[in-house]
Amino acid sequence: MLSKKNKEALFNPLSKDNPILVQILGICSSLAVTASLEPAIVMGISVIAVLAFSNVIISFLRKTIPTNIRIIVQLVVIAALVIIVQQILVAYNYDVSKKLSVFIGLIITNCIIMGRLEAFAMHNRPWPSFLDGVGNGLGYTIILVIVAFFRELLGSGTLFGFKVIPQWCYDHGYMDNGLMILPPMALITLGCIIWYHRAHNKELQED
Amino acid sequence: MKALRNFMNKIEPSFRPGGKLAKLESVYDGMETFLFTPNATSRSGAHIHDGNDMKRTMITVVVALIPALLFGMYNIGYQHYLAIGHSHEGWFTMWLYGLLAMLPVIVVSYVVGLGIEFISAQIHHKEIQEGFLVTGILIPLIVPINTPLWMTAVATAFAVIFAKEVFGGTGMNIFNVALITRAFLFFAYPSRMSGDEAFVKLDSALGMGGGTVVDGFTGATPLGQVATNVGDQLHMTNIMGEPISCLDAFIGFIPGSPGETSMIAILLGAALLLLTGIASWRIMCSVFVGGLGMAALAHALPSATYPASLLDPWTQLCLGGFAFGAVFMATDPVTGARTKIGQYIYGLLIGVFAILIRVYNSGYPEGMMLAILLMNAFAPLIDHCVVSSNIKRRARRAAIKE
Repeated sequence: MLSKKNKEALFNPLSKDNPILVQILGICSSLAVTASLEPAIVMGISVIAVLAFSNVIISFLRKTIPTNIRIIVQLVVIAALVIIVQQILVAYNYDVSKKLSVFIGLIITNCIIMGRLEAFAMHNRPWPSFLDGVGNGLGYTIILVIVAFFRELLGSGTLFGFKVIPQWCYDHGYMDNGLMILPPMALITLGCIIWYHRAHNKELQED
Repeated sequence: MKALRNFMNKIEPSFRPGGKLAKLESVYDGMETFLFTPNATSRSGAHIHDGNDMKRTMITVVVALIPALLFGMYNIGYQHYLAIGHSHEGWFTMWLYGLLAMLPVIVVSYVVGLGIEFISAQIHHKEIQEGFLVTGILIPLIVPINTPLWMTAVATAFAVIFAKEVFGGTGMNIFNVALITRAFLFFAYPSRMSGDEAFVKLDSALGMGGGTVVDGFTGATPLGQVATNVGDQLHMTNIMGEPISCLDAFIGFIPGSPGETSMIAILLGAALLLLTGIASWRIMCSVFVGGLGMAALAHALPSATYPASLLDPWTQLCLGGFAFGAVFMATDPVTGARTKIGQYIYGLLIGVFAILIRVYNSGYPEGMMLAILLMNAFAPLIDHCVVSSNIKRRARRAAIKE
């Protein structure tokens, strides 16, 4: 079940081959949904679900898909899954689905999903493809959560909507940093994480 | 002097490789070249020898900022004593109050900025660069006096790390570091950067001054008042509600960030920068021309919806940070355009954008900071276009001759 190769498919994307930090994919959505933790986590789970199952489906179909139209077939699969996720969200977590607005729909265009389908699912069996999907989705979610943690903490003084910075700090002149809520700071936070990650992984450093 | 030289010579070995404090070598080098002119000159290749190194350039800019700094201090005191109803205080009392109010900001700006530069130089085993000398004095001049010190410290740290060190240190930055500091404060803590409470210091400064504010006090800057003006007539007042004229703004008796209020002090600094050839007159003049042109255009089509269009062009230039930005920020040789034609375009667009933002964007009463930062981003592109069009023109000329 978890041979060495499968383990790599599952665990490599968490750090060494992280879709955001190393492949620099999915930046757009990670800037848009990370102003607070809740939407970031929901977004992460949605991407894990879509990525894992589209990987499996495409992997089953990989020998029957004509090469010329493979992108369209992949898109149809992704779109179908995204619509399912979207409807589930609207049904069970309406507030968050409002917050995420178009970004759930835009999972269709998330480069990570297309990238994994092309690079992995088209050449591998369903089980490794599933693990690869879960791994990449998790790698994406971890970064989203880290970015959202700093942005929500410094930008709103809350975590999951609960006040964590005590009132006496505000009484003594502390103020929430409004810039953290704006997308530019998400990019800079992401940049810092990439900076830290490269500094600790020598083999990733380019000249 | 000689004793100092001897002392420096004595402690030198411990900073060189192998010495006890070898890690702090660049600190020693920085201090030594700060105190004494270095003897080392290059012996080979073609070099133009000029006494004007980076340290002297930076010091000249700092000297040029002194009139604005001194007047800024006086004006802080003047506004303070006016607000508490003690406008008969002597000028020295007012200046001293301003000095005490600004001193902590200057200290914080230098300690944080230089601290990060020193640490960064030690980590990278590089020489300490003197670029922060100017930035450190610019920051207190463009940050409202009531900004809490910790905010200034956070913003300075952010700007030095993310606008300068990340790009490779002094001379490599894309954006003006002092303006990034202000922009950070402006977007992170908007409530402390504009409105009634930002620009006039009301409480005591290091134990001096303080008192009850008299009735009728409003702390909004003239541009802030213009932005919220209603109707076809402009009503600009000083902090006591008395009407003010363009002359007040020219001399500088208006609330605002410390360095930006007095046109006279800024022009003194500009004269020094132009006489010594440190700032580009092309940029400086074209900023004013661009601003004047755009202000005249806006004034030709006045509208109550955009109250700033009711200002006449000359007042427009005297208010807010326009002049300060044009003289000290736009002319930054690192972030500005370098080709001659490029400098005209760069300056002109800064002037135009600054007034454009001021007049037609009701969210921002002042547009100079954003205009300069925007054009900082485009300066390399402008230079590239100028250079490549020059190459093309000469290539064409060469082709015809054949």
